[in-house]
Amino acid sequence: MNQDQKYERIAARIAKELRDGYYVNLGIGIPTQVANFVPSGMDVILQSENGMLGIGPYPAESEVDADMINAGKETVTELKGTCYFSSVDSFAMIRGGHIDLTVLGALQVDEQGNLANWAIPGKMLKGMGGAMDLVAGAKRVFIAMEHATRDKAAKIVSKCTLPLTGVKVVDYIVTELAVIQVTPEGLLLKELAPDTTVAYVQSLTEPQLILPGKGPELMLL
Amino acid sequence: MDKRIESPDVGIQAIHDGAMILMGGFGLCGIPENLISAVRRKGIRNLTIVSNNAGVDDFGIGILLQNRQVKKMVSTYVGENKLFEQLVFQGELEIELNPQGTFAERLRAGGAGIPAFYTPTGYGTVVAEGKETREFDGRMFVLERGIRGQFAFIKAWKGDRWGNLVYRKTAGNFNAMMATAADYVIAEVEQLVDLGELDPNHIHTPGIYVNAIFQGSNYEKRIERRKIRIAV
Repeated sequence: MNQDQKYERIAARIAKELRDGYYVNLGIGIPTQVANFVPSGMDVILQSENGMLGIGPYPAESEVDADMINAGKETVTELKGTCYFSSVDSFAMIRGGHIDLTVLGALQVDEQGNLANWAIPGKMLKGMGGAMDLVAGAKRVFIAMEHATRDKAAKIVSKCTLPLTGVKVVDYIVTELAVIQVTPEGLLLKELAPDTTVAYVQSLTEPQLILPGKGPELMLL
Repeated sequence: MDKRIESPDVGIQAIHDGAMILMGGFGLCGIPENLISAVRRKGIRNLTIVSNNAGVDDFGIGILLQNRQVKKMVSTYVGENKLFEQLVFQGELEIELNPQGTFAERLRAGGAGIPAFYTPTGYGTVVAEGKETREFDGRMFVLERGIRGQFAFIKAWKGDRWGNLVYRKTAGNFNAMMATAADYVIAEVEQLVDLGELDPNHIHTPGIYVNAIFQGSNYEKRIERRKIRIAV
């Protein structure tokens, strides 16, 4: 599978979690692609933390408007029913528990559901943006990421070593290989992609994965 | 009452080296372009700038970084700015990173007379280091301080001479909070309209918060990531 296919699979799987009437915030990168897989006929309202509920598709050339961007600073369009608001209102929605689901990328996730996704000391300086508030306030937190780094180092680790975004905040990790639930006992391998094995997934995962009684189910795609 | 001023240069006359300025905007959207240019022209230095982002290398707050006018930035996300990263790693620029919701709330609190507040955001992370924490209803929270600045630069779509402001689409972002959180607030607008032209039901920032207003010129409104829908 090439990278695009991996990303599509991850986004498509997470889209299966969407329900009619959900308010959802999608992070930058793979998470943004979840929007491409919203089932037709389902109203899922996308929130952008810079002050917009009801993000529409990217604009046609003639519709480009510098005053209409998403949190990734990409040009977007509005829908019938879209609304705008200030940043403080936006984070009242987020921190106040009004967002049903958020999907974020990760550098590392650990066994306890701790997340690191905003800095690599001495190497990468970007900032946490809205990620710390999203993990603190959204009802459910999904991580969308490739299972391991390009040189096959684990991103799902026993304990995060990079600066944390939040403590015990992740509910599910979805990768091109598996769907993993964070439970009080550890990481539960819920679903396995059709083109891999438990042993292979475990080899790319630092902590021991817990297997359900009947073994993992086939990944919903 | 008439809060109109001739130009951004008149507006920033009282700002000197070492000042703390709040600047509205998210990325390059809704930034006070004319006031930033005036600060560059005036050449004041050692500024502390409170703004969600730091512009790009050659636009927005980036032009003040180029000219080494900034001592410290208080921001939430500073990616996509090579010069910024370089200045920080060389120790020429101080950076205080805040979670974005904490940043917004700190400004709201500062403007509303609230010195500090508890938030769940950032508990157990580096942003909570050295701060008081407290448990409420079984969950841990971090005490964060309100922010007040000496000056705020606000960009709005429309405004009148009493200082009432209306923002447009996602260009509002942090402008409304920042307008409440500084001693002297200067607003630049795309359209300065007559009193009574703005619908009183739809004012975003009531004029009480604004000290000076002018109609800006030559807005570039640069787009950071122009994404176009592929026609099918």
